[in-house]
Amino acid sequence: MTQNEMNQKTSGPVKQHMGLRASRMLSNSAIYVLLIAISIIWLIPFVCIVLQSFRVESTWQVGYVIPQQWGLDNYRNLFNTDFPRWYVNTFISALATAVLQTIIVLCMSYTLSRFRFKMRKPLMRFMLILGMFPGMLTMIILYRVLKDLGLTQQNSVPGLILVYVASSGMGYYVSKGFFDTIPKSLDEAARVDGATRFQVLKKIILPLSKPIVIYTILTAFMAPWGDFVFARYIAFGSSAGSNVAVGLYNWLNKDQIAKYYTTFCAGGVMVAIPVTVLFMCLQKYYVEGVTGGAVKG
Amino acid sequence: MKKYSDLEYLKLSKGKKRLYKLQSFFCAIPQKILALFLGLWNIIKGCCLKVRDEALDIYSTFVHGDWKTKVSFLVMGFGCLARGQILRGLLFLLFEVVFIGYMFIAGGYWLSMLPSLGKVGPSEEYNVIFDTYVTTYNDNSFKILLYGVLTIFFIIAFVYTWRLNVKQNKLAEQILSSGKKLRSGKDDLKSLVDDQFHKTLLSLPLIGILVFTVLPIVFMILVAFTNYDGTHDGYYNNLFTWVGLTNFNTMLSWTANTGAGTQSYAATFGEVLSWTLMWAFFATFSNYFLGMFVAMAINKKGIKLKKLWRTILVLTIAIPQFISLLYVSKMFAKNGIINGFLMSMGWIDEALPFWDKASWARITVIIINIWIGIPHLMLIATGILMNIPQDLYESARIDGANAWQQYSKITLPYMLFVTGPYLLTSFTGNMNNFNVIYLLTGGAPTNPAASSAAGTVGYTDLLITWLFKITTGAESQYYLASVVGILVFVVVSLISLVVYNVLPSIKNEEDFQ
Repeated sequence: MTQNEMNQKTSGPVKQHMGLRASRMLSNSAIYVLLIAISIIWLIPFVCIVLQSFRVESTWQVGYVIPQQWGLDNYRNLFNTDFPRWYVNTFISALATAVLQTIIVLCMSYTLSRFRFKMRKPLMRFMLILGMFPGMLTMIILYRVLKDLGLTQQNSVPGLILVYVASSGMGYYVSKGFFDTIPKSLDEAARVDGATRFQVLKKIILPLSKPIVIYTILTAFMAPWGDFVFARYIAFGSSAGSNVAVGLYNWLNKDQIAKYYTTFCAGGVMVAIPVTVLFMCLQKYYVEGVTGGAVKG
Repeated sequence: MKKYSDLEYLKLSKGKKRLYKLQSFFCAIPQKILALFLGLWNIIKGCCLKVRDEALDIYSTFVHGDWKTKVSFLVMGFGCLARGQILRGLLFLLFEVVFIGYMFIAGGYWLSMLPSLGKVGPSEEYNVIFDTYVTTYNDNSFKILLYGVLTIFFIIAFVYTWRLNVKQNKLAEQILSSGKKLRSGKDDLKSLVDDQFHKTLLSLPLIGILVFTVLPIVFMILVAFTNYDGTHDGYYNNLFTWVGLTNFNTMLSWTANTGAGTQSYAATFGEVLSWTLMWAFFATFSNYFLGMFVAMAINKKGIKLKKLWRTILVLTIAIPQFISLLYVSKMFAKNGIINGFLMSMGWIDEALPFWDKASWARITVIIINIWIGIPHLMLIATGILMNIPQDLYESARIDGANAWQQYSKITLPYMLFVTGPYLLTSFTGNMNNFNVIYLLTGGAPTNPAASSAAGTVGYTDLLITWLFKITTGAESQYYLASVVGILVFVVVSLISLVVYNVLPSIKNEEDFQ
């Protein structure tokens, strides 16, 4: 081996190392610039909506963001409308949905994950096919039926809860994925010791399932806040039976927007704050659920 | 087509490998379709055989059974009662009584009206005493259809229970003749929290699904074959009735209709469908790749404040979509903040037509959807990226692979492999992504030529928003909405079937090369 070749061999990695460092610095700073840009884009709408909710001088859209006159007029204005009623409606249905839907989803997913019975596979396939029908279609008939039961318009909240909860068993995928990861040997050990299936669920599985229970409660609680289609169908023009999404949407109609645009912003902030705070507190569980669910498919 | 063995395949050049894969992909399609039909045929054949076996079994149970069993054929649960299984026997008997009672009181009526969906509509009569016209409501097509379907469900349930009853008898005879004891009612109750626990757990969710999903879907499928709409609501104004395939003919005919637009329904449907597919494609893949990119950027070694970046992005998931999307749609309006900002900076003289031109609106919708969708993908990709064994990258780096090569040879195949099913569900989910389209544009800008059932069809309307507009439109043509719904189902299930059946063959080949 000649001296020259030796040199090349030793200097090669060193040079490369230096190059790597420099290029890493460069690429990292490029990434920082990108991330800052993304963050700004992501935050702009939310900053704007908050700023506009404090604007006093005009209730209509303007071409600038920072209010010339600050004040709480829009928030005060909210209480002169049906907004508190919508808020209560949404809150009640969200709370009830969170409790009932969690029970149903957990029953479903736990059973499909743990038990092996003859109809299991056909049942899952059937629900997969059922899920391919646009759910909106069922609204037409559900509206008529609920109307006959007197659960529409002003009395929409119980009807809405019923609709949210009843079919929620179809959304078992994520939590089934979670239960699949709990080793079956735990169940079997307890069964050998004479525990019934019910005791296994209560004493062994439930204590281990905190993340998925919280995930299910969180998503079930958040969904009614954003539901627009079903709520609008069931409230059917009744302001007292609307939820926040339907009510606020109507403020942006052509004939209302000039008067209510900034009030919409204030209402939006009022809705977004509790939901966002809750989500941020429980973010960890949400991430676990989402990533687990996607990998399992 | 020439088939290569594994060894020959590996010897091929890169381009030829691709070509070969592509060829075999397309050559496999007819085979797959054939296999599908064969599978269907087998299922049908299996069902026929099953029915024959069941019939034979019922027959032999009757012939070989004792008198208790024979009576059970007529009086359900008699065998159980006679053999001391009181609880089971009573339940069987109760079900039979309820069923027969229901059929006599109501079920028979609903069933007999089902073929006509009602004969007498509401009629007006002049009332002399009050000097007004009084309407009497008669048959109710809606209820006839609904309860008719329900009655059919009930009959199926009865047949199933009857069969169960026969089976129970046969089983009980076998157990008794082998000298064992039968299970008592107490044992039955106990087993509901033990080895039959799944039945307890599933009963509530399944009843919910049956009543609030299966029944409505069956009902809506049937509505596609009627003329149920705002002017034929089946009770208050006119009855509705069966019209056969007329609605499908309307939706899929190429002759121009006389209604709102000059275009035929088929042409409008084709346009909306093609935009729906286009939208689903772009929405899914733009989010997928950009989300993966952002996740990689945040996860890169040496990047600080990882949690902060993630939290900022996740805001769009946390805040209800109707707030963020409605607000953003107003931001992009003619007099909105974006145009105001651009004009005040002097970059443009006239407001940009974000929502007023078809192509502008479509592109804007896709871009805003990225804002909504990236965070989800970022979360998913973060989880998956962390699972990729780091030594793969290390050895790639030692071999001199650059960043792009590492990405295209390790990261991307791994991601695609793991998230394959997710991609499919998010594609079909985007096809039915009502919120983003309806809250952002409401389907606008309107397509003046498009014919619609009622209201308007716009250039950004998906099939699902079109469906919604038909049902809420002035004429409420539910039958057309349900035709659209059925077609959505057909498209979604076809795509899912093809992807599930055709894709794995090439996906498996591509695992880590």
